[in-house]
Amino acid sequence: MTAPGFLSPTGVEIAFVLTGLVTLGAALVAVTTKQLVHAALWLVVALGGIAVEYLLLTAEFVAWVQVLIYVGSIVVLLLFGLMLTRAPVGRSPDADSGNRWVALAVALAAAATLVTVVVDAFRTAWIDLDTPQGSTQAIGEALFRHWVLPFEALSLLLLAALVGAIVVSRRRGGPDASDAQDASDAQDAQDAPDARGAVAPEEER
Amino acid sequence: MDFLDVAWRLAAVLLAFLTLPLLVGQAEHKVMAHMQGRVGPMYAGGFHGWAQLVADGVKFAQKEDVVPAEADRRIFRLAPAVALVPYLLVLIAIPLAPGEGGVGQAVDAGVFFVLAVLGVGVLGQLMGGWASANKYSLLGGLRTAAQLMAYELPLLLSAASVAMAAGTLSLPGILDAWEWWWLPWQLIGAFVFFTAGVAELHRPPFDAPLAPEEIIFGPLTEYGGLRFALFLLAEYAGIVVVSALTAVLFLGGWHGPFADQLGWLWMLLKTGALSFLVIWMRVAWPRMRADQIQKFAWTVLVPLALFQIAVTGVVKVVFP
Repeated sequence: MTAPGFLSPTGVEIAFVLTGLVTLGAALVAVTTKQLVHAALWLVVALGGIAVEYLLLTAEFVAWVQVLIYVGSIVVLLLFGLMLTRAPVGRSPDADSGNRWVALAVALAAAATLVTVVVDAFRTAWIDLDTPQGSTQAIGEALFRHWVLPFEALSLLLLAALVGAIVVSRRRGGPDASDAQDASDAQDAQDAPDARGAVAPEEER
Repeated sequence: MDFLDVAWRLAAVLLAFLTLPLLVGQAEHKVMAHMQGRVGPMYAGGFHGWAQLVADGVKFAQKEDVVPAEADRRIFRLAPAVALVPYLLVLIAIPLAPGEGGVGQAVDAGVFFVLAVLGVGVLGQLMGGWASANKYSLLGGLRTAAQLMAYELPLLLSAASVAMAAGTLSLPGILDAWEWWWLPWQLIGAFVFFTAGVAELHRPPFDAPLAPEEIIFGPLTEYGGLRFALFLLAEYAGIVVVSALTAVLFLGGWHGPFADQLGWLWMLLKTGALSFLVIWMRVAWPRMRADQIQKFAWTVLVPLALFQIAVTGVVKVVFP
């Protein structure tokens, strides 16, 4: 087998580039379309495209998790929010944000940073795609042997976000509920972040 | 795996996809009828009305193709396909018999694959509910989305419990590791998975998103003819898929006497029995309200699924 190069792309590489272009196009339409629900559905195409890219890189597990979490849950949540507030069929004239030029600048800066860093980091590294690289076992071993600490830090972050969401959603419970919460917060001050104090202050009394 | 082999497998999966949902549909006609003290369709095809669904299909195909004037035409037309195709994809990964030849394609992260693709199917109903530009459809779409988000979690957690027990995410791998005493061990998980699966399909008693007496027919209100038939087919295919998955994950799939020769029969029997149960539930129980459905998911199924995961973990560590 000859050394890999840019001038003789394999089928997988061609498919990878084409899928990338589709993903990029769908993402561009998602942010520029004036129809709110269409934007969410184009997001499905973009996120699905990324899942296909993972598949082409033989990272099967990550691909299915991508579909499960982003397409199956996050987009459904987005659609739910849109339907709950307003989801007109057709164009929304006020769908343009005044911040769009700033947003474009931020997006371009982020993309430029990511592309330069990733290209610089993996300059001449080639993945051998003939043997699967991202099987469930390989990912599990990497995650729970070498990356346990970041994993746990992330779960703590998610827990904090969860507790925060509960606190924000209970703010409206009236003065009585917030008093109870303050009292239980004072009791739990030394404990680790715990959802109980925020969830059920009434039951503790 | 050569070309002929792949073509043969795909043809077999397509055949299962085209026949099993129709069988379930016909069974629903007859089982519901007999449970309600009537005979059901008797004329089409002669023997006990076996061709009723074929006649229904011909009727649906003849109907005028109507799209509401205010609807988003493209999304409205795309929605039935988005609802139906995922079930076809899922069937590829479900093992029917032991060995390499018993499954369309062994997927390494099979549990995640089937649950991820099943979630995409519900997107079709959401699209239909929104694109119809009908307030009842929109209400149904809202309930669909809320129900999906509530029941996805117990579904995943109970499937994760089996994956923990087997030490693999691959569906054939889970069946290879399966022992009979997993039945009592994973009993709670089986209940949670089956219930959540039925709820994701919006079958009674979890059919508040459709609820003909309240919101006409939810996301499907504006659909007629062939597109409605596709949604209906998706529902029956969904029953087959959820029953087959429950059979594979919790009832041992092809395990049974003479599994080497008769494995496919055991798998079909278990799937059929669970499908019967789904139909029975429709006849036996009244519809739950939308808020009761939410409450049931978050206060009953999620804690039960977490408890099952704890039990699985303890047993796995104590009796390695």
